[in-house]
Amino acid sequence: MGGAMTEPKRILIIGGGHNGLVCAAYLARAGRKVLLLEAAPRVGGAAITREFAPGFKVSAGAHLLHLLDPHIEKELELARHGLSYARTALKTVSLSETGEPLVLDGASVIAGKVSASDQAALASHMARVQKFARVVARQHGRIPARLASGNWREALTAAALAFDIRRLGRKDMREFLRLATMNIFDVLEDTFDGAQLKGALALDGVLGAKLGPRSGNTVFNSWYRASGDAGGRAGSFALPAGGMGAVTQALAAAAQAAGVEIRLSSPVAAVLLDGDRVSGVRLENGETLTAAVVVSNADPKTTLMKLLGARHLETEFARRVHNVRAVGTAAKLHLALSGVPNFRGLPAEHAGERLLIAPDLGYIERAFNPAKYREFSSEPVLEITLPSVHDASLAPAGKHVLSAIVQYAPHDIAGGWDTQRERFATATLAVLERYAPGLRAQIVASELLTPLDIEREFRMAGGHWHHGELSLDQFMMLRPVAGAGRYAMPVTGLYLCGAGCHPGGGVMGSAGRNAARVILKSRQAA
Amino acid sequence: MRTREHFRETVLHTPFHARTSAANGMNLWHRWRDYTTADAYFDVALEYNALRNACAVFDLSPMTKHRITGPDALAFLNRLVTRDVAKLKPGRVGYCVWCDDAGQVIDDGTIFHLSENVYRLCSQERQLDWLHSAALGFDVSIVEETEEVAALAFQGPTSCAVLRQLGLAGIEMLKPFGLATFQFSGTELLVSRTGFTGDLGYELWIDPEHGITLWDQLFTAGHNYGIRPMGTLALEMSRIEAGFIAAGVDFLCADRAVRTDRTRSPLELDLERLVDFEKPNFNGRRALLAEKAHGSRHRLVKLDIAGNKPAKDAFIYDNRRNVIGTVTSAMWSPAAKSSIALASVAIPWGRPGDELYAEIYYQKELKWSRITERCRVIEGAFYDPPRRRQTPAPDL
Repeated sequence: MGGAMTEPKRILIIGGGHNGLVCAAYLARAGRKVLLLEAAPRVGGAAITREFAPGFKVSAGAHLLHLLDPHIEKELELARHGLSYARTALKTVSLSETGEPLVLDGASVIAGKVSASDQAALASHMARVQKFARVVARQHGRIPARLASGNWREALTAAALAFDIRRLGRKDMREFLRLATMNIFDVLEDTFDGAQLKGALALDGVLGAKLGPRSGNTVFNSWYRASGDAGGRAGSFALPAGGMGAVTQALAAAAQAAGVEIRLSSPVAAVLLDGDRVSGVRLENGETLTAAVVVSNADPKTTLMKLLGARHLETEFARRVHNVRAVGTAAKLHLALSGVPNFRGLPAEHAGERLLIAPDLGYIERAFNPAKYREFSSEPVLEITLPSVHDASLAPAGKHVLSAIVQYAPHDIAGGWDTQRERFATATLAVLERYAPGLRAQIVASELLTPLDIEREFRMAGGHWHHGELSLDQFMMLRPVAGAGRYAMPVTGLYLCGAGCHPGGGVMGSAGRNAARVILKSRQAA
Repeated sequence: MRTREHFRETVLHTPFHARTSAANGMNLWHRWRDYTTADAYFDVALEYNALRNACAVFDLSPMTKHRITGPDALAFLNRLVTRDVAKLKPGRVGYCVWCDDAGQVIDDGTIFHLSENVYRLCSQERQLDWLHSAALGFDVSIVEETEEVAALAFQGPTSCAVLRQLGLAGIEMLKPFGLATFQFSGTELLVSRTGFTGDLGYELWIDPEHGITLWDQLFTAGHNYGIRPMGTLALEMSRIEAGFIAAGVDFLCADRAVRTDRTRSPLELDLERLVDFEKPNFNGRRALLAEKAHGSRHRLVKLDIAGNKPAKDAFIYDNRRNVIGTVTSAMWSPAAKSSIALASVAIPWGRPGDELYAEIYYQKELKWSRITERCRVIEGAFYDPPRRRQTPAPDL
């Protein structure tokens, strides 16, 4: 009996995406017995590297690392567990149909046509973005405060946010509050003259969102996107050696080293209850596993509406979860190429940078318009990487892989993706061909993941890889919904640890780390 | 089905309007949801006395009615309301309340278990929006059928005898909160032994096309039994005497409240008997468990007040002249021969035996006066005749 008393209670984690692995690792390091259940035959969720054609490997979901929480990298010793970078501080290239690409390195344009006034404005603009992105970044590691909870610790957290904004100084605080809800279109029109520069900068406000440059909240999105410091440089983008899967492989190694048991190919069918408390899970194969604490890395809708069931939640709460905006609009294009594509006017040394097809603000807004009516963009916006330029492990010698995020491709497309997928792929390749003549002839193999495919492969409701739109009304204590911003769900013993919680999506891990802190303080996990 | 232009019809008539308007010598009407409905027909006291001493007919048609069907109908209702609907057998009716997420009462009503997986939910307020929200994740169909069902409340000591005269054989054996169907005039007449008067009585549910026939035959059968139409004012008197609460009067519907602390939980409305914490889940359960653990803020009490002045809208004081609550419903009760009231008071006040005072304002011929009267907290109904519960029902 005494032995049973000291045996730590088991914690089950549903899903081995990066957040599930992070949460598992922290719980195990604190002495908890953790069993992680992954539906797929490998860990990583949407942060994986996989072969899509013989010899060609690509990051299947997110393809740039920019938000990974530096605390996690250090505390879980990811470098020791195998994480290294093929390239950090990628430059950004705005591709051009007419052969005049614009190359940005941080806060300055290093190649292409730019006016002196735009060059000067860019420096101050990027400094401001960085300053405001730091305010956002400081919230990532905090457990959101409930409004009017009466709890002094939470009041301190809320006060810390107010202090972060206040200490920007009077002028910047006013700017922060003015800009936070604005649309990026107006801000860029106010600041710059060059259409190409504005297009390139606008992309970070809309990527991964069902928003166009004229939509509110896009300035906040651009700050959010700049709030990481991957590879040690704030607001920059990096490529892990071996692709994004290397991050989750390192996390899995760290988790296993801490004692986490990982079971693959074990999809969970339901969260089980005993009265009003969690009692375990049932796998799709019918097997039942008991635990007083179940942590879900699945998105909030899947966890609460499907695995748990709306009937076990309060009515208004269930309605809020049902109404979480999570219509994915980003598709993923993977091309196996016989060589490096020849982008118009782009010197070969820049082919491995972050390449954008977002030539001007109007182009992006027009690309967004069809998404409002459940149609895809016939002239989409793209963020392209050629990771094999920096990482020979991803393609056979002399050959290359191209990975692109393609917008807009709404999950709820009229007519269904099964009839629209080929049409969208054709339109996308036609656009690419205009920027890189001969590219189509270089294609050895290709794969297009629409949001529907992303939903199916990675089990994300709506195919939204942030597990729900990142916007101010779905951020901090309002993420995933009001009343559930602190990782604990209304059913005792059930927690969320994924991107659907604060601070949200991107390969970051903060949600998993924050959730672990909350769980370790809970009575059920004691 | 209503037409596209239905909204131009701003006041609706019930299926009995031809008869109720002909009977309404007072021309006193008010709006109940979208329907015009009689306050009184001839004399409130006469209608009240018909109810308590003979029988009275109240047009119940504006009551909001929902038909809830499907494989998850029971599971849906059990998540919606605080009591255990699984215990409600087919052919039975149950009084219930439902709460928002914070455990505050949205509305009260009755659930009719018509047959396996087929229920009718009657409510004071329109509830379709809430019911549809609550249906998320359930295989259930919810249809509002207010217009499809005509209803009369038929209440009073001679009501059973009149229904027998009407040809409803065996009606005297129907138990309180029981349901029975009869063939009537070529259609089905559903009879429930339910009501809002605290007396012997029934509610009659029928296809609106047969409404007038039912009304006419009921009044023919009741001719020698003192039958009268009754308006809302007499019904209101009887429901206060029975100690029943009314939405929007004794509590504010939680979905209408703007200010905090204006709403009430079932525990605060003296309805804990309707809350089954043994059920693993119902809306508001978590909040109500917390309330049980930390204590309620308010208590709804029944007050027997000295003197004969109705304590309408009176402030309630403790014995040190502190205001501790207000009256929500009050009247001089002819049946109880006393001034009675329902009042909401702050915890800890309102325990049986507490010494409370009501500050009553009243006027005689436009002259206002004020009086402070002692109140006694009582338990049970103010008026509770044995015939209300007797089976077979007394056949006078």
